[in-house]
Amino acid sequence: MNPPHLVILIPLIFFAGALLIPLLERWRHGCAYGVAVASAAVGALVTVAGLVEVSSGGTLRYQVSGWAPPIGIELVLDPLSAFLSVMLASVALLVLVHSGSVVRRELPGKAMPLYSTALLLVGALLGITITGDLFNLYVFLEISSLASYALLALGDRKAPVSAFRYLILGTVGASFYLLGLGFVFMTTGSLNMADLKLILSNLESSPPLLVGLVLITTGVGLKMALFPMHGWLPDAYTYASSTATALIAPIGTKIAAYVLIRIFFFVLDPGFASGEIPLTTAIGYLGAAGILWGSILAIAQTDLKRMLAYSSVGQIGYIALGIGLASPMGFIGAILHMVNHAVMKGCLFLVSANFLSRLGHADIRRFNDSTRVHMPWTAAGFTMAALSMIGLPPFAGFFSKWYLILGSVEESNWVFVAVILISSLLSAVYFFRLIERIYLRSPGRDSKYPDEAGGAAAPDGGREEVSASMLAPTLILASALLVLGLLNVWIVNRLIQPMIPAGL
Amino acid sequence: MSDVFQSNIPLWAVSISLLATLGILVSGRKPNLREFWTLLAGLIKFGLVLSLLPSVRAGKIAECVLLQVSPGIGLSLRADEFGVFFALIASGLWIFTSIYSIGYMRSNQELKQTRYFASFAVALSATLGVAFAGNLLTFVIFYEMLTLATYPLVIHKETGEALRAGRQYLAYSLTAGVLLLAGTAWIYNTAGTIEFQPGGILGGVEAAPNAIRCLFFVFVAGVGVKAGIMPLHSWLPNAMVAPTPVSALLHAVAVVKSGVFGVVRVVGFVFGPEVMAEHGLNLILAVLAGATVLFSSLIALQQDSLKRRLAYSTIGHLSYTVMGAALLTPEGLTGGIYHISTHAVMKITLFFCAGAIYVHTHKQNVSELDGIGRAMPWTIGAFTLGSLGLVGIPPINGFFSKWFLCLGSLQAGWPMVLALFILSGLLNAAYLLPVVYRGFFRKSEEFEKFDEAPPLMVVPLCTTAALALVLGLFPNLFFDFFELASGISEMILAS
Repeated sequence: MNPPHLVILIPLIFFAGALLIPLLERWRHGCAYGVAVASAAVGALVTVAGLVEVSSGGTLRYQVSGWAPPIGIELVLDPLSAFLSVMLASVALLVLVHSGSVVRRELPGKAMPLYSTALLLVGALLGITITGDLFNLYVFLEISSLASYALLALGDRKAPVSAFRYLILGTVGASFYLLGLGFVFMTTGSLNMADLKLILSNLESSPPLLVGLVLITTGVGLKMALFPMHGWLPDAYTYASSTATALIAPIGTKIAAYVLIRIFFFVLDPGFASGEIPLTTAIGYLGAAGILWGSILAIAQTDLKRMLAYSSVGQIGYIALGIGLASPMGFIGAILHMVNHAVMKGCLFLVSANFLSRLGHADIRRFNDSTRVHMPWTAAGFTMAALSMIGLPPFAGFFSKWYLILGSVEESNWVFVAVILISSLLSAVYFFRLIERIYLRSPGRDSKYPDEAGGAAAPDGGREEVSASMLAPTLILASALLVLGLLNVWIVNRLIQPMIPAGL
Repeated sequence: MSDVFQSNIPLWAVSISLLATLGILVSGRKPNLREFWTLLAGLIKFGLVLSLLPSVRAGKIAECVLLQVSPGIGLSLRADEFGVFFALIASGLWIFTSIYSIGYMRSNQELKQTRYFASFAVALSATLGVAFAGNLLTFVIFYEMLTLATYPLVIHKETGEALRAGRQYLAYSLTAGVLLLAGTAWIYNTAGTIEFQPGGILGGVEAAPNAIRCLFFVFVAGVGVKAGIMPLHSWLPNAMVAPTPVSALLHAVAVVKSGVFGVVRVVGFVFGPEVMAEHGLNLILAVLAGATVLFSSLIALQQDSLKRRLAYSTIGHLSYTVMGAALLTPEGLTGGIYHISTHAVMKITLFFCAGAIYVHTHKQNVSELDGIGRAMPWTIGAFTLGSLGLVGIPPINGFFSKWFLCLGSLQAGWPMVLALFILSGLLNAAYLLPVVYRGFFRKSEEFEKFDEAPPLMVVPLCTTAALALVLGLFPNLFFDFFELASGISEMILAS
């Protein structure tokens, strides 16, 4: 195969799957799951092929319909986008594999729309990572947003309301982005990223350009749930179906963070944004505030999914903090944390789905050690992901924190150091609270819910582990955390170092 | 400078008990097989550490770099003199503790013994990792692993009290862990390296005095939690809710000694004596250690619970070593390092005794022990020996480390410290000897129906007591402990 065609194949496979599902569903009922998993698997393979191709042969460029940039749309698979697309596609694949019985249980009869929109979402997110054109990015951003509104609205009774709220805020964010793009186009006359980079390097900063950048940052920040624009996220994640949350939470907000990284470090000269209006620094401090806010509110939650949602608000802050450092270490930390967090959060949301499907609830107050007796593997997966979230070695989370701390110390930014340390402890509080319940609390001690404690558990004390198709993705993600942790230097040296932009 | 050669022995020494964990978990339903794995791993581990001794004595250091943890920083294990010294103590005493544990857990019919033995094995791996860590990041990684591995042991009983103690332990230790991590990053940024070096790595580094002081506080807080330096000590007495073998090995040897080991590493191998003296850091450390020695003894006097009394005594004795590090004189440092080994042997004996008493008679308080010596003469005899050693009566080995500490304080020109050690000895007598007195010289009919505890417990505790005596008479009889200690102190102070 001609390598550049790989690039366009990545989103096309997912879009093709999304279109095929409604058609095939008419022909044979119940094939949506199979088609979705198959296209995700093929898509994941193609992204891996792309990564191999890029790391051996350099950046791949594909001109859509043969129109040369800057007029035509260009898709670019460089080390950064190739790496992230592998992460995206593999997490999506695992979540889709896991989703089979969850969808049957939580959304009976809605498999077709769910899988179709899910593929649409993943395809669009992949499109965002590989596009080389800022306006095309907007198009993909809108596709992904529309798909996620639909996905999040499929859920329990409150889901449509929270999805609607997300829709309003998301649309506002997208409009800001588009408006900002207008300003950038006004000053530069181009929308192609590579072209913009050339033009901007010869351009003095001007008010319209700065306004444009502020608008873009605000718009993308909304999509990213950057503090204080995170208000839509907890409700949307809590009330949606487990599959939708597990799909959107690990990868959705990360991609918005990726857009910021792309714009600030690749399109703009890295020094630019920290110059006149210190935008990256502002992002960093907002991230730091989000880390604390998200972690503290996570402690206050009683519902597992909601707690994880607030923890997402905090964790996205780490990535923002890495952006704010605007240094190689910060960049490495941000990228590494993107991947690590996608894997841990994916694992945790799958665990919460497993709990929901077996226990019928995800109320932290009602967990006790019967949970562990009945679902030992799920409990083990939870523990591994939780330890990684806290940032304990040798799990992956420890290493991204280490790079971020190293970067913060390097920049003598003691506020960031303190925030990272405090948040580690805060996440220890909210995860150990649960670990303690799952492993150590005997059912009888829960005086508040005496009947639940005994009732939810099988009386014979036998195992009630979820099916293999649900368990395997959970455990693969959990063990990936160990692998990512142990191989982090290989990843940093071989994959992340080459993508550090010049001048950072 | 010593030669460095590549060897995988340190790696095997660390990971053998981790491998044993698998065996322990798999054979959870067959207790005898499960305990066989523990004992086998213990013997192999000790053998491996022992095989490192000759090369260390010849000035050769076994090193093995596992994998890169961060560009330029490897997860490296280095069996230098100090590491081997600590590893010998920890792995040697693990064998005794394992035998004792089997007796204790079975007589007490404890639940979840598989989890107990598995966590114990992981904790030992982490301890050896701490001992052999070649740089700060490796040290931090194993230090955190130790925290995690010992948590299930602290909460073993799963009572509300145990859970609270576990939570407190985690809160203290994890805070310490993140502080150490921040300190490590800071050092890396300041000095450009985080490899441990005798004499320190901050020697020729340009840094503001306040930054150095700040850094020192971060590190002291980081290692001070496990070392029980006041006011960071309060998790330790509460952690006594754990089964007694845990208190014996982990809360008198492995975990807390990892803390003081860390103090000496930080003082001697990161900051270095010159920097310590230049910025007056040793004075700060001495004040902290002195206060800990004094107050912990005073608090120990008021404890009726035997284990809590021993815990406060441990806190005091840990600070002997910290004081030795603060003195920065050859004799003082030798005494401090040697005290790691002497206190380990004596205190493990005392805890073994406390556990034997508890399992056999279900007594936990000092005031209930009248006349117990007649029922359990061997146990209380060993307790007597250990107590006298901690007081510092010759010829038990505690005397030697204390003697050198006293010499060191005079060398440093700090007579106050000498007075403190003497006072502390008296206080030790005041809180330990009443147990002996009640046991042997008071009468009570309660213990007439009891005889000695099971041999699986009595034999280990008598052995360690005998060890304390023998090592006092011939400090170099086994493994040249004393030579090792003085060698380490020379190495630190030479540069």
